[in-house]
Amino acid sequence: MGSTAWAKKTLQGWGRFPRVETECARPERRTELLRAFQERGAAPVLAYGLGRSYGDAPLLREGRQILTSRLNRMLAFDPETGWLRCEAGVSLVDIIDVFLPRGFFPPVVPGTQFVTVGGALCNNIHGKNHHLEGCWGDHVRRVEVLLGSGEIVFCDAQTNPELFWATTGGLGLTGIILSMEVQLYPVANASIEMETVRVNNLDEFFEVSKESADYSHTVSWIDCVQSGPTMGRGIFMRGGHARQGVDAGSSVMDELAGFAQKHVDGRLFESNLLLNKATIRAFNEAYFHKTPAGVQKVVSDYMPFFFPLDAVQNWNYAYGSRGFLQYQMVVPEREACREILEIVSKSGMASFLAIIKEFGEQTHGGLSFPEPGVTLALDFPNFGAPLLEMLDRLDEIVVDVGGRIYLGKDARLSRENFRKMYPEWEKWKAVRDEWDPEQVFQSELGRRLGLVG
Amino acid sequence: MVILILGATSAIARSVAEQYAGAGHPIVLGARDIEAAEAVAADIQIRFEVDTWAKQFDALDTESHADFVADIEAEAGAIDVVLLAFGDMGDQEESERDFAQAKRVIDINYTGAASLAEAVASRMSERGEGSIIGISSVAGDRGRKSNYFYGSAKGAFSLYLQGLRNRLSEHGVHVMTAKLGFVDTRMTFGMETPIPIASPDAVGKAIMRAQQAGVEVLYYPHFWRGVMGIIKAIPEKVFKRLSI
Repeated sequence: MGSTAWAKKTLQGWGRFPRVETECARPERRTELLRAFQERGAAPVLAYGLGRSYGDAPLLREGRQILTSRLNRMLAFDPETGWLRCEAGVSLVDIIDVFLPRGFFPPVVPGTQFVTVGGALCNNIHGKNHHLEGCWGDHVRRVEVLLGSGEIVFCDAQTNPELFWATTGGLGLTGIILSMEVQLYPVANASIEMETVRVNNLDEFFEVSKESADYSHTVSWIDCVQSGPTMGRGIFMRGGHARQGVDAGSSVMDELAGFAQKHVDGRLFESNLLLNKATIRAFNEAYFHKTPAGVQKVVSDYMPFFFPLDAVQNWNYAYGSRGFLQYQMVVPEREACREILEIVSKSGMASFLAIIKEFGEQTHGGLSFPEPGVTLALDFPNFGAPLLEMLDRLDEIVVDVGGRIYLGKDARLSRENFRKMYPEWEKWKAVRDEWDPEQVFQSELGRRLGLVG
Repeated sequence: MVILILGATSAIARSVAEQYAGAGHPIVLGARDIEAAEAVAADIQIRFEVDTWAKQFDALDTESHADFVADIEAEAGAIDVVLLAFGDMGDQEESERDFAQAKRVIDINYTGAASLAEAVASRMSERGEGSIIGISSVAGDRGRKSNYFYGSAKGAFSLYLQGLRNRLSEHGVHVMTAKLGFVDTRMTFGMETPIPIASPDAVGKAIMRAQQAGVEVLYYPHFWRGVMGIIKAIPEKVFKRLSI
């Protein structure tokens, strides 16, 4: 057996900003992973999965990164209970492909299925069912972690509970996750029964959201170019896995997704000119009016419901070589949300993709993002200084009302504001420092926010 | 149809195993690292719901090969397809300094492979059916200064398979030589290659398709047949001065 092959590679998050050149290894089995870890020298380490975190959370300059994409074996599955034990590099698309035909679905899914279970735990991801099911970590027991000392330990709610707590949402900074047990949930079929409700402004959104609390999944697209009386208009979607015997018709959405999957690659459109306020306004206008007013019942495939953007490979390239930033925040007060939308719509920096949802009552602690309130996710082409200034301004509003932004999507938050947003950071860091006293695990985000060192 | 895959923890072997398991065949996986083989076996069992076995296999322990094959056939049934996917590139410079290293490369890639193939071949020829797939390399088509120990062992293995094919053809046993160019595996990770790299997934599909079609020599990606045709045709005098 030769020693570890290290290769210099340029890694980036999904926003393609920033990019770093770093020494990488891509182990294919556990012994190779352990060897790479030993052979890193004194360098700090960070695991890298499928790169769907947006900003600098998955990146490490002047260190060693371990690519986990080939550590993707499923190790045990109990069809009675739905518990799956698998390596950290297993992706949600793998799980869905294997288990959906057998009537199981991951407990929580984000907007893309191209994430690893390791990344899902590190970011403690949430989905359209947060108000009922919480986050990924709420459905995980027994996590196997490679510590900075080289020791491998298990943690869960009973064994090493502090490590389990800090690893869930811990952005990969407590160790390299080797495997975990996650509970898959039974579903009757692959289709989604849903309703779309056109809402004409933010007040209507909150009304519909309130009366939709019993639907297992809710999410809304919002037209963030609008201001004044139409501010917050959008399409509210609610529903969930269909009952037995209800099948997806070939809806226009399905067909479009199928076409895009076969023929469209975002790299073809890589241009700094494509997404600007005019094109985004035109798209929003068309999308809003395409959906009939009132409530529509639809049966769709699970793909366009859960993962609409996965249909276009590399859609992140459409923002051009400068990349883009996503700003996702949660605020406990609606007025703050209104204020933020107001600022964005007046800024001239339109967000192509704007998603709004009310979280459930659960908070998860540590560095996990969701808390009760309304969350808004906005994508901005990387316009540079004016954008960064506006986002700083938004941070102040978020901090003032006791909200926070999602670290898995961040590339620019200040240390000071981070500390105000995540009051448990000190407790988290104390646990991390206890388990990684040598500061072996680091990331650009960790360094920026003072989580390591 | 029982499929035996040796060197089962490599990305290529795993992909081939997935193709056959996807078609519903039981899979026996042999590898030196039994823990890794067990993980691959569990993965394939869960994903494809076929019977799988993980067995410890050491290419260098040629004494054990006949029993190894006999045990598998006793447990899983007659082997219909065997894939010889193990191999080790070694380190050329180390092999030049230390012949023990060179011998190891030769023994894994050639002696061990021939020994195992022979153990399976005798059983298959008795039954009058079966398929033996040997993973060789385009590196075996012409000796090069940068990897001639590995290349010569793979070249010898290719010649061995050619002879075996010759011998077994009248017994209804198919022998396929898969000559692979650059594949995105552990061996090539980080290498700057002048020619695009194939994904293990594509290689796995190509190997199963070719085996089912009865192909004798598969170059994959296919253009490697042409590339190697040219490289083999370069006169020695000229070749010596090129750094290919």
